[in-house]
Amino acid sequence: MTDKTDPLRVAVRRTYKLYLGGAFPRSESGRSYPVTSAKGLHLANAALASRKDVRDAVVAARKAFPGWSGRTAYNRGQILYRIAEMMEGRRAQFAEESAAAEGVSRARAEALVSAAIDRWVYYAGWADKIGQVLGGANQVSGPFFNHSEPEPTGVVGILAPADSPLLGLVSVLAPVITAGNTAVLVASEHHPLSAVTLAEALATSDLPPGVVNILTGRLSELAPPLAGHADVNALDLTGAGDHAPALEEAAATTLKRVLRPGPDDWTDADPGVSRIRRFLEIKTVWHPVGS
Amino acid sequence: MPDTTPGSLRTLLRELPGVDEVGVHRRTADLATRSVKTTAKRAAIDLAIRMVDLTTLEGADTPGKVSALAGKAMRPDPADPTAPSVAALCVYPDMVPVAARALAGSGVELASVATGFPAGRTSLEVKLADTGAAVAAGATEIDMVIDRGAFLSGDYRKVFDEITAVKETCGQARLKVILETGELATYDNVRRASWLSLHAGADFIKTSTGKTAPAATLPVTLVMLEAVRDYHLATGRRAGVKPAGGIRTTKDAMRYLVMVKEVAGDGWLDPAWFRLGASTLLNDLLMQRAKLTTGHYAGPDYYTID
Repeated sequence: MTDKTDPLRVAVRRTYKLYLGGAFPRSESGRSYPVTSAKGLHLANAALASRKDVRDAVVAARKAFPGWSGRTAYNRGQILYRIAEMMEGRRAQFAEESAAAEGVSRARAEALVSAAIDRWVYYAGWADKIGQVLGGANQVSGPFFNHSEPEPTGVVGILAPADSPLLGLVSVLAPVITAGNTAVLVASEHHPLSAVTLAEALATSDLPPGVVNILTGRLSELAPPLAGHADVNALDLTGAGDHAPALEEAAATTLKRVLRPGPDDWTDADPGVSRIRRFLEIKTVWHPVGS
Repeated sequence: MPDTTPGSLRTLLRELPGVDEVGVHRRTADLATRSVKTTAKRAAIDLAIRMVDLTTLEGADTPGKVSALAGKAMRPDPADPTAPSVAALCVYPDMVPVAARALAGSGVELASVATGFPAGRTSLEVKLADTGAAVAAGATEIDMVIDRGAFLSGDYRKVFDEITAVKETCGQARLKVILETGELATYDNVRRASWLSLHAGADFIKTSTGKTAPAATLPVTLVMLEAVRDYHLATGRRAGVKPAGGIRTTKDAMRYLVMVKEVAGDGWLDPAWFRLGASTLLNDLLMQRAKLTTGHYAGPDYYTID
């Protein structure tokens, strides 16, 4: 294989790997699978993650949780904004990959990338405001100061949407980590490449290792161990497709919060707080006051 | 019975063949690649649980914590009565009475560290009194530390005499001798210290106190397993090995078990002859065990922290 512009130079091709605990390992199983474009052309090989990679990802996410949830909301917002900055620097790469994967025009792909970057900025802004919106002082009939505040649920398993590999992925990932959760995300099975490129942007965004872990591979292989894992606190089934009922059942055995797949419009520039709210626990404190 | 006059002890240890460091690392790496699955994994996990010396050696230990840990030692997984008890509970000497009450009649051994653990920098009288008090209070196993300073300065005689004196004070209690391999610098020294301890009457040789890094490693354990194997061949007396410190995952434990089988032999695959000194390892073993039972990965939220 040679370079297009210089026939004498050997092309340096990218290896698409997993993103686990801040590192880019190949699958523990050593497997990979071919990824094709919307037109059926071979694009690259992606790592085919195994259930052991799921387990390792959950361990990394759990380890990262105290540090990430313990940061100030303001700092988390800054880091999310930084992710947007890093994506901006790689726009051309994202646009090219989106155009190939989704079979859309270059202009349309550019628009999708812009929307994805803006989505990070949108949720970055929510990071230090969600507490005021969802929490606050409650009126109670007694000499108590009573207030509620949202806290992150913990480790969240995310099945990213199959049909919107970049904008959809960012739209489900950003709200989860904004509030202080850590995530194990299974990328779109047929279009995983932009997820790996996003991981490379995340790794250079001051995002602590393990806050986001991205797996590529077969949904039918990765989703069941994620849904059944007792150390995963919540599950976003957005990209689960036909697997959703069985996964919801598996999640119930370990009392997970579950977000069911619904009709999602990823192009809505103001998606609101509903996705953030789903992965928060409201803590209410009663504090006696003197009379 | 080996001749233990000063000159010959020194000669004996100095004449031990040197350890091939590259060879040890190579063999360790080779054994660590072995895969243990399904029913064999289940058996190995249960064996590893039965080999655990559940340890709490903190300045902040309280009677309450020791009692709670004793409960865990006897019944590691309250949700699953088929999970076996661990081999022993390992505590500081002043916690032995509390632990003895909690473990009475359970069959779980009670190990106490002694002899000025972890540095061992006290006089022989204090070390013996420390040991004697622990045994009198009900300890069935004593984990002593060697005088690393004396060993490293070549005073093997002093180390030897201390071990024999402590062994005598132990009476019926089994004696584990901690070499603190992290401070011995070379594998040759580990081999010498192992043979020295075995000749002096150690029932077990143990890698580390867990208070210095590096603690137990696979290569060091391999050298020590070779020592007990060769000592058994030479004298007919069997002694055990206990790696301690830094063993945290089921995968680590499996690697040790594979090494025991391949280096020392099946005879050592028994809680009487091989122990794993650990505290966090037990939860990981229980989680892996639960995974095999329930089919899904378990989470640490479902197990006690201490």
